Amino acid sequence: MEFINEMRLDFEALPENEAFARLAVSGFLLPLDPTMEELADVKTAVSEAVTNAIVHGYAGGRGTVRLFAGYTGGGQLRVDVIDRGCGIADVQKARQPFFTTSKGDQERSGMGFTVMESFMDAVEVESGPGQGTTVRLTKQLHPRDEAVPRRA
Amino acid sequence: MESYPGKGDSMLFYEKKRDALIVRLTGELDHSCAVKLRDQLDALIRETGTRRLVFDLSGLEFMDSSGVGLIIGRYKLMHRRGGSVAVYGYDARMDKVFRMSGLYRIVERLA
Repeated sequence: MEFINEMRLDFEALPENEAFARLAVSGFLLPLDPTMEELADVKTAVSEAVTNAIVHGYAGGRGTVRLFAGYTGGGQLRVDVIDRGCGIADVQKARQPFFTTSKGDQERSGMGFTVMESFMDAVEVESGPGQGTTVRLTKQLHPRDEAVPRRA
Repeated sequence: MESYPGKGDSMLFYEKKRDALIVRLTGELDHSCAVKLRDQLDALIRETGTRRLVFDLSGLEFMDSSGVGLIIGRYKLMHRRGGSVAVYGYDARMDKVFRMSGLYRIVERLA
């Protein structure tokens, strides 16, 4: 995938950075003139992936979450959410609706991956115990009348 | 409606209407604020002794699956106390997440 624009962001795995990550990605998308619907879809999926990195990847401890976003001239968006935390032993199981490893007092619904899948076109997960987790979200944004910005 | 716990930065407003406790959530509901909201809601439920908890979600600008966890958690508390939970003011996106989660099997939808 050839991107005409890319961004990378490293931030501490703190809950207050969940809103920051959503805001950063939606700001990055603005040149594509996304619909409100598309923006909300992407923000929701990013929120789920970043929350997973903070709550499960680093289990509330310190660590860095890396966010990558890029889009093509045709409006194809890719967002990667990367952590170097504990990793997921069984990715297929973790992606099942209602699956959660969190304790009762955390009240996680186990719907994170299901929500990502329903609001994005594709969700790929690369992970293993002790290897951290990369969640790759892709989505084709609506075709626009105007040409997308090009590199000078 | 009164804010809870009565501070300026609160995301939670409430009023008692007959037997129901109506709670209005505002702002962005994600994991970072869900724990605080949970504690505030549980305190309100206990203080008022309500048997009917109604979530007004029309003031929310954003919600991810943390909202589902929050509502299901309050349902469990209300259920133990012999009460019920209802939601209204949700948008199409929240509705989609609620449907996927099977929330409407335990929580009433109000128009």
